[in-house]
Amino acid sequence: MPRRLTIKDVYHENRLFLNRVVIALIGIVISAIGLTARLAYLQVAGHDHYSSLSKNNRVKISPLPPTRGLIYDRNGVILAENETTYSLEIIPEQVDDLGYTLQSLQKLLQIDDEEIERFETLRKRSKSFTSIPLQLQMTEDELARFSVRRLHFPGVEIHARLVRRYPYADLMAHVVGYVGRINEDELKSIDSAAYQGTNHIGKIGLEKSYEKLLYGKAGYEEIETDAQGRLIHTLGNLPPTPGADLHLSLDVNLQRTAYDELREYNGAVVALEPGTGNVLVFVSKPGFDPNPFVYGIAKKDYNELQTSQDRPLFNRALHGQYPPGSTVKPFIGLAGLETGATNGQRRVSCPGYYQLANSSHKYRDWKKGGHGFVDLRTAIIQSCDVYFYTLAHNLGIVRLSTFLSNFGFGGKTGIDLDGEKAGLLPSPEWKRKVRNRPWYPGETLITGIGQGFLQVTPLQLAKATAVMANRGRAVNPHLVKRIVYHDHTVIPVQSSGATIPFNAQNTESIIAAMIDVVHSARGTARALSRGIHYQIAGKTGTAQVFTVKQEATYKEKEVDKKLRDHALFVAFAPADNPRIAVAVIVENGGHGGTAAAPIAGQVISQYLANESS
Amino acid sequence: MIQTPQQERFPLPAEPPGGLFYQAHLDLPLFAALVLLSGIGFVTLYSAGGQQIDLVFKQATRLALAYAIMFILAQIPPRHLQRYAPVLFLIGVGLLVAVLMMGETVKGGQRWLNLGLFRFQPSEMIKISTPLIIAWYLAENPLPPRLKQILVTVILIVVPTLLIAKQPDLGTALLVAASGSAALFVAGIGWRFLLKVSILLGGVAPILWHLMREYQRARILTFLNPEADPLGTGYHIIQSKIAIGSGGIYGKGWLNGTQSYLEFLPERSTDFIFAVFAEEFGLLGCLTLVCVYLIIICRCLYIALQAQDTFSRVLAGSLSITFFVYVFVNIGMVIGILPVVGVPLPMISYGGTSMVTLLAGFGILMSIHTHRRLLPI
Repeated sequence: MPRRLTIKDVYHENRLFLNRVVIALIGIVISAIGLTARLAYLQVAGHDHYSSLSKNNRVKISPLPPTRGLIYDRNGVILAENETTYSLEIIPEQVDDLGYTLQSLQKLLQIDDEEIERFETLRKRSKSFTSIPLQLQMTEDELARFSVRRLHFPGVEIHARLVRRYPYADLMAHVVGYVGRINEDELKSIDSAAYQGTNHIGKIGLEKSYEKLLYGKAGYEEIETDAQGRLIHTLGNLPPTPGADLHLSLDVNLQRTAYDELREYNGAVVALEPGTGNVLVFVSKPGFDPNPFVYGIAKKDYNELQTSQDRPLFNRALHGQYPPGSTVKPFIGLAGLETGATNGQRRVSCPGYYQLANSSHKYRDWKKGGHGFVDLRTAIIQSCDVYFYTLAHNLGIVRLSTFLSNFGFGGKTGIDLDGEKAGLLPSPEWKRKVRNRPWYPGETLITGIGQGFLQVTPLQLAKATAVMANRGRAVNPHLVKRIVYHDHTVIPVQSSGATIPFNAQNTESIIAAMIDVVHSARGTARALSRGIHYQIAGKTGTAQVFTVKQEATYKEKEVDKKLRDHALFVAFAPADNPRIAVAVIVENGGHGGTAAAPIAGQVISQYLANESS
Repeated sequence: MIQTPQQERFPLPAEPPGGLFYQAHLDLPLFAALVLLSGIGFVTLYSAGGQQIDLVFKQATRLALAYAIMFILAQIPPRHLQRYAPVLFLIGVGLLVAVLMMGETVKGGQRWLNLGLFRFQPSEMIKISTPLIIAWYLAENPLPPRLKQILVTVILIVVPTLLIAKQPDLGTALLVAASGSAALFVAGIGWRFLLKVSILLGGVAPILWHLMREYQRARILTFLNPEADPLGTGYHIIQSKIAIGSGGIYGKGWLNGTQSYLEFLPERSTDFIFAVFAEEFGLLGCLTLVCVYLIIICRCLYIALQAQDTFSRVLAGSLSITFFVYVFVNIGMVIGILPVVGVPLPMISYGGTSMVTLLAGFGILMSIHTHRRLLPI
């Protein structure tokens, strides 16, 4: 029987299928008739109506881009401004002999073939009544020369535009950043309607992080055109809202001092007002000139910046992650006191090296013969490594890391710049997760002197120093102090931070030791105390770039310049009532006391002198 | 073999049709109509794209590729497609999941998968593999499908549809759902069941509304009342109606459409290209174009009727009806009787991916037609 059933099914299926195809065809034809009926309704019955709409369909909305907000330093010095530049534009249909006109313009002005080429491609794409730029930035001289002969060039016009300019160029590039042409990725993430009529957007620095405020709000203009789209007159408009101005807490003169004091070295200097978190100095050297980026930097120049050994495009203060070296010792000392892992009296014998039980590896002190018996205070003043190996060993990595995080190590400071790096505060858990290796006791020791996995950004180091200066009150560093909207409303930027309840006695004894680093006869930065009437609390540091073999000695002159130690210095002043906290990193500068401390000293003395005057 | 009188209603061709085209597994009438349509497409695109010949050349390159793919698919006998239908479907769904997790975002929708050499839109592949898998599944059992088979088929439709809708690409989701439903319809799903489903869908509509993205809702609201937002989403519909209406019976003539020329009409070389066509060629042009589409669909349905097994039939029926859905949804949205969903006008709109899929579908249809066993069994 199944055989019969199957045959019956085939017949049935065939009929069913034919049936369905016919129904589908009927449905399709009916739908198609529906479409044509609607089309007939629009094109026959509605023809007059839509024709007149089409003829009157000449009101266009054209965007009016806002003026970008300016950026000032704390004294009102302009760091980013809008400069009027003049471009030469041609309306092809108003020119009788375009080839001749271009030729004579080329004779008159400095127009290279590349510009002519770009003009020609634009011309092919545009309608003949639109204004097409020929030369983007005319010099004063060219402007004058053309203006005199203007009558000979009908259809050729000068257009004024605002172009962003950064007068301080490389000095402020890593703070202010720059604007550049909107690229495809950015086009996806922005509201393209709001950016109509604008080609530029903040790319890095404050220009990026405050893009929304600086940009303002676009307006529009309703214009009536003729049937070909030529402007007849303006019907109405909504003026654009200019962007807000930013007033920074940063002082350009102080910034200049720090930048120049770094001399031939690369490095970073960050100074904060500990009370407010206001950033006073934010130097990453070398800088670069951001101005060429505004209208597109030449490929060759960009490659040069990219491949330069000195990495000028790299924002060291924000992205540079360095081992803090001995500058971390005051913080670890405080950890020892706060957790009870050590106290002010305990002395450690320093023979010049430290050995873990059951290990022959010698963890060396920077001073070959050792420091003898040292207590915490002496250990900070003379930067004794063995004391801190011992302390770190007693603390253990978990307690050590947890305590350091109080000062913002291993976390972003929350500064108002994009892309801040968080450094690295290592823990056994981190090592297992990222490196898939257990934590070794030796790694705790070298963390104790700011080496090993521990990494900090100069900004983080400055913040931690400010927290120490504040005796535990946290701050959020920020560059912008005041936002001034176009209607003159002022929004001050404030920083608030929680206070970590340290024992006041402990913080004071650490700070006392930091004062002695500068002001005692054996302090590692004693040169700094000369000729100042206030007290500086500081700590030097030297961070290894190059690992020396067990039985070898590090000789500065023999090591390649790029592998020499980084010099570091952190300080705040005046010690009893801190108004400035500084962190300095001099890449491959050698010793903290000699290379980094003088820079901090200059910045501090200039700032305090300015403040009192 | 038991002879039934009814079998004579489906006579097998007495002798094999000859001709070079047939030998090459191409169907001449269908091929000719497609070439005609491509020609209309180039002419319209040249005008809609602001008379940029580059644009037309670029489209021609893609079209050549699409025709090549059609030709290749026409060479593959349907039984091979049937064998690999489940694999193709699983790969397609897998890629859709991959696109949701790591696809590139273009114009607010995640549709592209970057395969290094080229970017690939898995939702296009699923447009073919969904009817394939359904035809494969339904062919396993006698028709009409029973409840269990219907439910499985519905799942096979819903899974890719939801994955695509989530990208979000409402237009493609709609087409995939349409291709699946068309397959079920030609397979002979019961009318009573269809009625129940429509009632059910009516109940589900509010939930779907809730799940939709903001812009999708905006489109539907705009469709219901375009004048409410004349400068935002309603702009498309108002402008395209002006363009079409002002074309009149005879049109403004090629390259004379002011609406598109003045850039009032958005998306004029892609989804809204029909408005340009209607403005320049008028009602007569539109009627001609609709007729060309109908000729293609009739030929496709004829191929479906001539098909010899359930798999081929259901597949051919589904592909034919889906092609019409393309045309209907695009023209419907441009003339303002359907909401604006991103469905291109087949063979005319600028863009490569949808064209490749469409011609791949026609390749399958040609294969079905030219791989029949032509001698009586």
